[in-house]
Amino acid sequence: MSWLKNWTWPSRLRDKGIIGMNRRNIRYIGRYNKRRLYPLVDDKLKTKLLAQQYGITTPELIGTVTTQFGVKHIGAMLIGHNGFVIKPAKGSGGKGILVVDKVVDNAFIKPSGLQLSITDVERHVSNILSGLYSLGGSPDVAVIETLINFDESLMDYTYEGVPDIRVIVFKGYPVMAMMRLSTAASDGKANLHQGAVGVGLNIATGAALRAVQFDRPCFSHPDTGHDLASLVVPQWETLLNLAAGCYEMTGLGYLGTDMVLDRQHGPMLLELNARPGLAIQMTNGEGLRRRLDLIERQPDGVPAKQRVAFAQHHFARQSELVETPDASPVSA
Amino acid sequence: MSRLMFYIIVGLLLVVGIATSVHRHVQFEIPWLPGEQRQVWEIEAGINFVAQGGPVQVDMALPSHQAGFRVLTENTASSGYGLAYQSDELGRTAQWTIREATGSQQLYYSVQMLVSQDARTPVQAPPETPVTTPWESPYDTAASQLIEQAWARSASNVTFARELIRDINGERQSENARLLLSQEDPSPLVVRLLNQAGVLAREVSGLLLEDGRRRQTLSSWIQVFDESGEEWSIFNPLTGEQGKPDNLLLWETGGRAVLEVQGGTNSRVTFSMMTHNQPASAAVRNHYSEDTLLNFSIHSLPLEEQALFQTILLIPIGALMVVLLRVLVGIKTSGTFMPVLIALAFIQTTLPTGLIGFLLIVAVGLIIRNYLSYLNLLLVARVSAVIITVIAIIALFTVLAYRMGLSAGLTITFFPMIILAWTIERMSILWEEEGPKQVLIQGGGSLITAVLAYLAMNNPWVRHITFNFLGVQLILMAFILLLGNYTGYRLLELRRFKPITDDEKPS
Repeated sequence: MSWLKNWTWPSRLRDKGIIGMNRRNIRYIGRYNKRRLYPLVDDKLKTKLLAQQYGITTPELIGTVTTQFGVKHIGAMLIGHNGFVIKPAKGSGGKGILVVDKVVDNAFIKPSGLQLSITDVERHVSNILSGLYSLGGSPDVAVIETLINFDESLMDYTYEGVPDIRVIVFKGYPVMAMMRLSTAASDGKANLHQGAVGVGLNIATGAALRAVQFDRPCFSHPDTGHDLASLVVPQWETLLNLAAGCYEMTGLGYLGTDMVLDRQHGPMLLELNARPGLAIQMTNGEGLRRRLDLIERQPDGVPAKQRVAFAQHHFARQSELVETPDASPVSA
Repeated sequence: MSRLMFYIIVGLLLVVGIATSVHRHVQFEIPWLPGEQRQVWEIEAGINFVAQGGPVQVDMALPSHQAGFRVLTENTASSGYGLAYQSDELGRTAQWTIREATGSQQLYYSVQMLVSQDARTPVQAPPETPVTTPWESPYDTAASQLIEQAWARSASNVTFARELIRDINGERQSENARLLLSQEDPSPLVVRLLNQAGVLAREVSGLLLEDGRRRQTLSSWIQVFDESGEEWSIFNPLTGEQGKPDNLLLWETGGRAVLEVQGGTNSRVTFSMMTHNQPASAAVRNHYSEDTLLNFSIHSLPLEEQALFQTILLIPIGALMVVLLRVLVGIKTSGTFMPVLIALAFIQTTLPTGLIGFLLIVAVGLIIRNYLSYLNLLLVARVSAVIITVIAIIALFTVLAYRMGLSAGLTITFFPMIILAWTIERMSILWEEEGPKQVLIQGGGSLITAVLAYLAMNNPWVRHITFNFLGVQLILMAFILLLGNYTGYRLLELRRFKPITDDEKPS
């Protein structure tokens, strides 16, 4: 019966409040996310423009490429930018995102150290335009933005890529958060299923609760070896307010917000996701069910600041990474 | 839409689906199980004659239900002719009539006979005791001698008939027999002698059924009644063999002419026939050519469209499998319904050939697609190139298989090429972005789904049910709607979320 030890019972998952794919799709995405609002988040360019209207900070836009003809001009567009990110406006699951760390002698260097020529970059943009990475293969637009200079305090916790913070916002309340740290295994990308480390964050403080890689618990970063227990996200409250504001911005009830911390500009909105994944439950070691049930009982029309305070009060937890239980401060 | 409405719709679908299925089962005796195959003969009679310019009347005897055969359907093709079916105690006839016809005329009659062991011969009226025309001398002595000898060696009408036929045609053929045969053909002679001895007998016409034969004619057989006039036996007039061969279809049993043409000359009738096997239910349903609204079924369509629908109606089964595997199990596939199309191809190719063919095509396709990615092509052009590659691979494998004498390899052409091309394209991108592991997971998931869908769709019982009970489609619809409402865990999530349940949260 050794193969059974990798499996659990549905009742045990239910006790933990774990939400499965089917429940997420029907109960939350189907019920709270109106179909007509999807384009706002599925098209990163639209999200970006909308965020600017609502005063939500996003990475600076270098430019967009909309036609195959325009691909030839990408070299000129990139002059003077040392680091940049090219992404498909309608990409999903982090597909088709090209990160260039620095430019040396016409060679574009990825975080992994791999060098690309201008032809490679042009080919990538051309692929984006022809819809290789977009949902359903429809023609797409390439969005080029500046590379984020991420906060130094987080430098030790990541390998190559930018660590991003995912906050699940339900009816405007931040309900659960995690940080995704890229690793060598994930090729500098912050995708959990590619091997990035997911760190569950205390909604109250932004301090690390628990960390997993490939769905299994871990305690230090596999590449840098840095202890994850000391991880605290700076400017946490600003970040939560930013995330909560995305509810008013999009009208989507069940939303995944991906944020980054920039050295100069503080928390920034990277992208939104109308179908956020369930891995956040793994990184937090807790199911979403109870938190979502609590939020569902709250009235509508509460301002963002109050919603954040409510979440910080009710969803505070203690870290599993440190031995002494009173090590992480809990604020109301 | 409210929940209640949803459950009402699902309930309605279930009730209507089950009710129509049960109705078809009860009313039209379509079995729930596919059961054994039944043999059906298609027989076509072609009547040729030259019309003389005046009114024409053609009477042809038609076969009826009889031991071993049951009439399923019959059709005629005779443009311009009036047609009437008649039946009396001697059998059924078709009568074609026309006011004016000239030149060569052709009339067709075709009948489907079901080979059925339980079919019984209807009670047949024995012929009237005929007035025997007396023989002229010296034939009278020869005839009475033949009768006397055979009578002495026999115990009943049946054995008498057997002895008589042997005396006339067999090795014991005597001078007397030879003398009489110079006057009459064997079978009329036997009948005449039988009648002379007071035995009720007549000449009947039968068709020996052989698959794929054309331009056949009826042969003559002798029907002999026993003393009571109720039981009868069939004799071969040439060999004296008693009993009806299994493949003998009695066409005319009334002792009348098979074909009578008034107003025409040079008339003749020839038969062509072929046999095929049908499921018992399909053979049974042919009884009911009039479809009512309740009996709404695709069986009223022409055969070719029916065959098409047989496959189309299986697709919901494949879709159900995909829904089950994705919603309840959580298997990842490349392309949602791609596995169903692959499963449809498997039905044509059989599973082992299909699996080998699929893996070969995708593997070779991936290698070639890998080279294509260096060419820096636009997406549509690249996928088109992959399509051509797939066609080339299929052509190559087909020729190779043929050269090596593997006829199974020829069925590889049934794979949907454009779907395969997209599969290769997607897998290739997956490989570049997420590595070979994901390719194996999604490719394997697709293949498992395809195989399971194939097993479900190729199940004889499933094929029988989906084809014969259209109500099942509504039941499937209801199930899929219910599954679309399932908020529980997927099977694979029990594994995925296992680590959370391991450690107890410190409190």
